[in-house]
Amino acid sequence: MNSVVGQPISRVDGPAKVTGHAIYAAEFNLRNMVHAALVHSTIAHGRIDQLDTRDAEQEPGVLAVISHLNAERLPYEPLEKRPPVDPKAGEQLHVFQGPEILFVGQPIAVVIAETVEQARTAAALVQVAYHEQVATTEVRHDRAQPPTEASSKAGRGGGSRGDAEKAFAKAPVKVDMWCSHDREHHNAVEPHATIAEWFGDHLTLYDKSQWVDNVRSEIAHVFGMPAENIRVVSPFVGGAFGSALRTWPHVTIAALAARQVGRAVRLELTRRELYVSVGYRPRTEQHMQLGAEADGRLVAIIQDAVAPTSVYEEYAERTADPVLRTYSCPNVQARYRLAPVNANTPCPMRAPGIATGVMALEIAMDELADGLGMDPIELRLRNYAENDEAKGVPWSSKALRECYQTAADRFLWSRRSAPPRSMRNGRLLIGYGMATAFYPAERAPASVQAILYANDTAVVRTASSDMGPGTYTAMTQLAADTLGLPIERVHFELGDTEMPKAPVHGGSMTLASVGTAVVDACKALMANLPAGEMAEGHGARLRRAGLESLTATGHSEPGDEANKYSSAGFGAVFAEVWVDPDFGTVRVPRIVGAYDVGRVINPKIARSQCLGGMVGGIGMALMEQAEWDARLGRVMNANLAEYLVPVNADVTDLDVTFVRSSDEIFNPLGAKGLAEIALCGVAPAIANAVYHATGKRVRHLPIMPEKLLVD
Amino acid sequence: MDSQGPLPSTPASRFDIGLIVNGTSHRLAVDARTTLLDALRDRLHLTGTKRGCDLGQCGACTVLLEGRRINACLTLAVMVHGRAITTIEGIATDGELHPMQTAFVQHDAFQCGYCTPGQIMSAIGLLNESRTTDEATIREHMSGNICRCGAYTNIVAAVRDAAARGS
Repeated sequence: MNSVVGQPISRVDGPAKVTGHAIYAAEFNLRNMVHAALVHSTIAHGRIDQLDTRDAEQEPGVLAVISHLNAERLPYEPLEKRPPVDPKAGEQLHVFQGPEILFVGQPIAVVIAETVEQARTAAALVQVAYHEQVATTEVRHDRAQPPTEASSKAGRGGGSRGDAEKAFAKAPVKVDMWCSHDREHHNAVEPHATIAEWFGDHLTLYDKSQWVDNVRSEIAHVFGMPAENIRVVSPFVGGAFGSALRTWPHVTIAALAARQVGRAVRLELTRRELYVSVGYRPRTEQHMQLGAEADGRLVAIIQDAVAPTSVYEEYAERTADPVLRTYSCPNVQARYRLAPVNANTPCPMRAPGIATGVMALEIAMDELADGLGMDPIELRLRNYAENDEAKGVPWSSKALRECYQTAADRFLWSRRSAPPRSMRNGRLLIGYGMATAFYPAERAPASVQAILYANDTAVVRTASSDMGPGTYTAMTQLAADTLGLPIERVHFELGDTEMPKAPVHGGSMTLASVGTAVVDACKALMANLPAGEMAEGHGARLRRAGLESLTATGHSEPGDEANKYSSAGFGAVFAEVWVDPDFGTVRVPRIVGAYDVGRVINPKIARSQCLGGMVGGIGMALMEQAEWDARLGRVMNANLAEYLVPVNADVTDLDVTFVRSSDEIFNPLGAKGLAEIALCGVAPAIANAVYHATGKRVRHLPIMPEKLLVD
Repeated sequence: MDSQGPLPSTPASRFDIGLIVNGTSHRLAVDARTTLLDALRDRLHLTGTKRGCDLGQCGACTVLLEGRRINACLTLAVMVHGRAITTIEGIATDGELHPMQTAFVQHDAFQCGYCTPGQIMSAIGLLNESRTTDEATIREHMSGNICRCGAYTNIVAAVRDAAARGS
């Protein structure tokens, strides 16, 4: 039988998705289900003086209005060990436990009613009077502090080697600039939703989650109940990009409301509510300094990044990583500081921190190349990092040179005329730009159960997730190959805490972690298969042994390779832009990316992920910005008409190539993961192309037309 | 079948309406505020039509009203009393996928799948509008359907493919 691993097969869950039969969190049809609507604070800091729910309670269909005045006291027990998706310091928002208000949009009450229309109408009738206090709504650099030790230990506190200040002072060629990107929201098309239903002291949650095991453990701590009394179900996730990593307050609210009214409760967040409920990529400002010799070799890199966090939690990112690890440079100093503001806590969004650091570094490298009069690719090759100089260990694999070469060839980079504003098509200015992509590869422990049935079918299951990258399909391919069964006979299941534990579906590590465990479980099945004739099928062997089925479990976890080597995905991204010199509008007619992501299990789906990353990068470069009004502490464009995201007409020709690569040091599959690297590098490649087209360097993303029109 | 009958003329907060969804007549008592989207999802349990924004901005709730694409979230259920609605659940025939559905699977025109029913219904609307002649036209007229996973180039390929097969 031919191997299906490495083949571009169509998604196994494709038919369910194109027929509307894939069931997402809000779509479970429970008996006697009622509906919840939230009431939010309208001030950024202070306390609730009065909360009048009488009018709301009089509305037809209303079953309860729950606020700090009448909510049960929840224990919010501290977690022994915080999950990697939670901030390392501070305390999660406690819902309805007191009158304190910490940000605009904080949930202060929930209405439960028979229908969603009744609940929303009643929620609008809740009257609130506040005692307002002065709020911090802007990041003040002079008040920004380095992350606490807890964050630093998790690799989120910056780092250094050599003496960067001294080397920068002496460097003959320098770049010294500030850059930033605005606050971005995930805006997955599926809103977050939770349905909660109690059976005595047992709770079932249907939730939009990238990690059902963590929802279970967090809710267990919030309610002070045994985790085994909680089941979390999440078979399909309608996009998340990091917004469904954590267990957000609305999950607690749904469970609290369901317990209070004794019915199943559905809480579906509105689009506007998503902007204050589930985190965002924080606006980050970065001071970048590069020092180089006249031949382009880097002698110093200094980064000073400042980002907001909330007043109640310390959310820190790995913004320093790209600066420390992308290029060879003896003297590097990466500082990272945080300033608390009265806003909800930020959270990971596709390539958190890394995309931010890559953006600053790659725009700075473009400026350096421009200052040296050197080709941007040549500058990067001169500073190629043969080892991970931050950790002082070799890369387990790295084919970045091949990425530069492949992408440059496919892009026809050689047609680029080097001087800025030197290429035109009629009245349009044309620019070519490029950037390096980098994302660390990691994996985490995973367990899988595999069951073989006497009818020659198999079921493989683990509590993982598939928010779109193709977990269902890739795992089915791996299992089918290992079991020697056609894919139609293998059924892969995920997204249920009844299944063996899986790591968070994030950080690009699902394939390397869960995939390895899938293979391990299927190998264990094959090893335990009863003996039989050569040509005899698995089912026949089971039947002959009098067995209806055979079950095996598999496990995988990182070994000591993580100490001896550094692992990462690499890529090179090239973009062309057309800029209208009169209107400042930027179009992106094409992007070419070449990636070293290790072994590719399904090239069709892997390509789709990279296409998606390019589209996300167009958004980051040119459109996406939460417009924050510091007077009010509020996002003013909390909807999809005013917070712009790329639409079909914004995207033309996208070209994706995977260079030959397999990293069996990193894991037995040889796969390094590619969800996040697909985003990294796209925005700076576009920004660099805009500079090449116009001669105007815009360092503050997104590059809106007005930034190109104003001198 | 009396779903074509007139609506009561007196003001009321609840209305008895008839909806013809995918060729099947349904009688429903709905709140005046109930959108077609909520009627489909919560009353008829046809959850293939997705809620993305409730503001007519994302296209996830696209359905066909007598062949024309509309946003179900911007349509009150009472407005379509007695009229024929087609949803994603109604386009396959005898278990055979609609060519647009097949093309979406083959071209991997989605990732998470949540915007997909709306994209497909919009694409079928596009076929009805004869707007599948070239890529630029498809891109422009599919731009009311946001795909946050960014499958746009594959969506265009799928629409072209299905259009070519249909002609």
